[in-house]
Amino acid sequence: MPWPRPLLADLARTVFRRPLTDPPPESTPEIVAALVERLDAMARGRLGRSLAIRHVDAGSCNGCELEVNALSGVAYDLERFGLRFVASPRHADVLLVTGPAARNMNEALLRTHAAMPDPKWVVAVGDCAVDGGVFQGSPAVEEGGVGQVVPVDLLIPGCPPSPTLLLEGLLALLEAEVSAPPPVLPPRPVEPSLEDWAQPQPRDPAQDPAWKQDPT
Amino acid sequence: MNGPATRLIQSGTRRSPLRWRLDEGGWAALPAALRQEPELEFLGLWGEAERVHAAFRHAGGGPPLLATADATGGRYAALSPARPAASRFERMVADLWGLRAEGAVDSRPWLDHGVWPLHAPLGKSPSPPVGELPQPAFLPAEGEGVHQIPVGPVHAGVIEPGHFRFHVQGETIVRLETRLGYAHKGVLGLMRGKSPRLAARLAARLSGDSTVAHAWAFAAAAEAATGVTPPPRATLLRGVMAELERIANHLNDIGFLCNDAAFAWPHARCGLLRERVLRAADAAFGHRLMMDRVVPGGVSIDIAPSGPEAILAALAAVVAGLPALRRAIEGHASLQDRLAGTGTLRPGLAAGFAAGGYVGRASGRDFDARRDMPYAPYDRLGFTVPLRQAGDVEARLQIRLDELAESLAMVAALLARLEAGETLLPIPARAGEGVGVVEGFRGEVLCWMALDEAGLIRAIFPRDPSWLHWPLLEAAVEGDIVADFPLCNKSFNASYSGVDL
Ligand code: SF4
Repeated sequence: MPWPRPLLADLARTVFRRPLTDPPPESTPEIVAALVERLDAMARGRLGRSLAIRHVDAGSCNGCELEVNALSGVAYDLERFGLRFVASPRHADVLLVTGPAARNMNEALLRTHAAMPDPKWVVAVGDCAVDGGVFQGSPAVEEGGVGQVVPVDLLIPGCPPSPTLLLEGLLALLEAEVSAPPPVLPPRPVEPSLEDWAQPQPRDPAQDPAWKQDPT
Repeated sequence: MNGPATRLIQSGTRRSPLRWRLDEGGWAALPAALRQEPELEFLGLWGEAERVHAAFRHAGGGPPLLATADATGGRYAALSPARPAASRFERMVADLWGLRAEGAVDSRPWLDHGVWPLHAPLGKSPSPPVGELPQPAFLPAEGEGVHQIPVGPVHAGVIEPGHFRFHVQGETIVRLETRLGYAHKGVLGLMRGKSPRLAARLAARLSGDSTVAHAWAFAAAAEAATGVTPPPRATLLRGVMAELERIANHLNDIGFLCNDAAFAWPHARCGLLRERVLRAADAAFGHRLMMDRVVPGGVSIDIAPSGPEAILAALAAVVAGLPALRRAIEGHASLQDRLAGTGTLRPGLAAGFAAGGYVGRASGRDFDARRDMPYAPYDRLGFTVPLRQAGDVEARLQIRLDELAESLAMVAALLARLEAGETLLPIPARAGEGVGVVEGFRGEVLCWMALDEAGLIRAIFPRDPSWLHWPLLEAAVEGDIVADFPLCNKSFNASYSGVDL
């Protein structure tokens, strides 16, 4: 279907207008310094300047989600920093958790964290996730926030934290990752080469269950 | 024109201006009487130590009507056989207060997933859970090739937690059942024993996107209970905030709906306009979502001197952007193809469940608390309530666009009426009981509150409109394809946190 005329005008205006995206916030050196200390030395630098984020709502009021979602919009444009939200924990480097760790979400939170490949970081977003916030003292939430369920690397307080604050926190995480010294990798186990795999292995039929099951 | 159920309720002992207490026999006769009076809408059901309360309202008009019964021996007669919408409430009452609805259509647990330290935490005798962790049981669906798709509680996007169990045949949804409760935070228990001023922070966090609406309904209930009338400037400011909240949320929903149909331009556009509105709210009231601004007795903060200007500038951008949005949405056959005829909610069902907000108004239910249960400042404001009949995703989107235009005009009118004056009155510490009803962006929020002699909350129930929307979503998607579910879900945009409590 051809684009109607007024829409074309909108499009033209959009192309020639100055960008709507805000300039990126500066990240605070103290946050970066604190982070560098806490991040696992081995994992740093491996990923380069890119982080895939998986979000889990551990019982938030939905206020934090509104601000997290705003990050993906044109004003904050998270992707220009190499940060993006992914649909599966298996693709994620960062677990971003909101909410006071509602007990009913514990299992799902643990499972999501477990499904993420190493190295991984956990960011607790919002007063609730930091320490329970206004829901402190309720028997329905974990005492002490998200950190009681999964190991937290970065806390971003606020009720809810503004998108700018969220951006600062996530940028700090990125910069900590980049400015970290090159990782010292432990010796990797020697894997068989392709040629090795191609060689038929002598097998003892009596020892191999697969052979046993086949009477022929 | 009072029917048998109304007469039955009003034959009880009057406990407060809107509430009557029935004896056991009276309450037991209620389901039969309700069947004979279909125009008495069911609004909600909740518990209190050894009692249950139910709220109704005449479809024709008037204030809510509350009925109370003693739950002798932890039991009361179920209302769900006469009002299906009562079912989720009955399951919630059993989980939180340990009171059983006899003859209920469904008695499976709802909020309690078996991992709380105590069962029935608000009841007379909370008890630790016994036995194995219960496995959730879902309603069956039978037929050739029927299989299940479990989704959630963690979803692909950045949204609230909930589980959807689809029974599908090929691509067609045969049955959808939602399982919620994942965001349960024990809010009612935390509110109990606190003063309304203190508990207002919790009311403001029942559902973050409706923080103004919930805080306002809560404040209205506290004010009704203590006989306080908030000052005129405060009510005008509440109106401004409530409409800003509606504008921001409608923009958000419109954008996300288009995005779920893979049409990114309106999403980007709406996101930007919404961002402007939130920044204006921040400039005017010091918080982007305007949390903790509406409090019992008035508002906690006056509008900044530059606030009106910031708000009007942001709204002018929305006004300027609306025609292009409409053109884009209405002019693209590929988008219309996804929206029109998808997720149709029949008017009969919307009326039977007293669906509020855009869900009801897109299915012919002509109700808006701002007009039909008028409260300041809307009682002196001219506006139209948009109405559509189609009941599909498209209609729910169009209602939002229509309402957006109304709200934009309302904010300007409210700001123009602002006059200098007080913004906050003290709340006396005394016993009382009150109901507050406020039209949020999803529909009407109802809050009932009872204060003890010291002016502390003895019992409370904030009813989010989503209670009545969730079951309707299940009905609306029946026969649609699984791939259209995100669209249907977004078009309802029911709150998880608001009903998980
Ligand atoms: S921190 Fe505040 S905004 Fe975020 S989930 Fe908790 S109560 Fe809601």
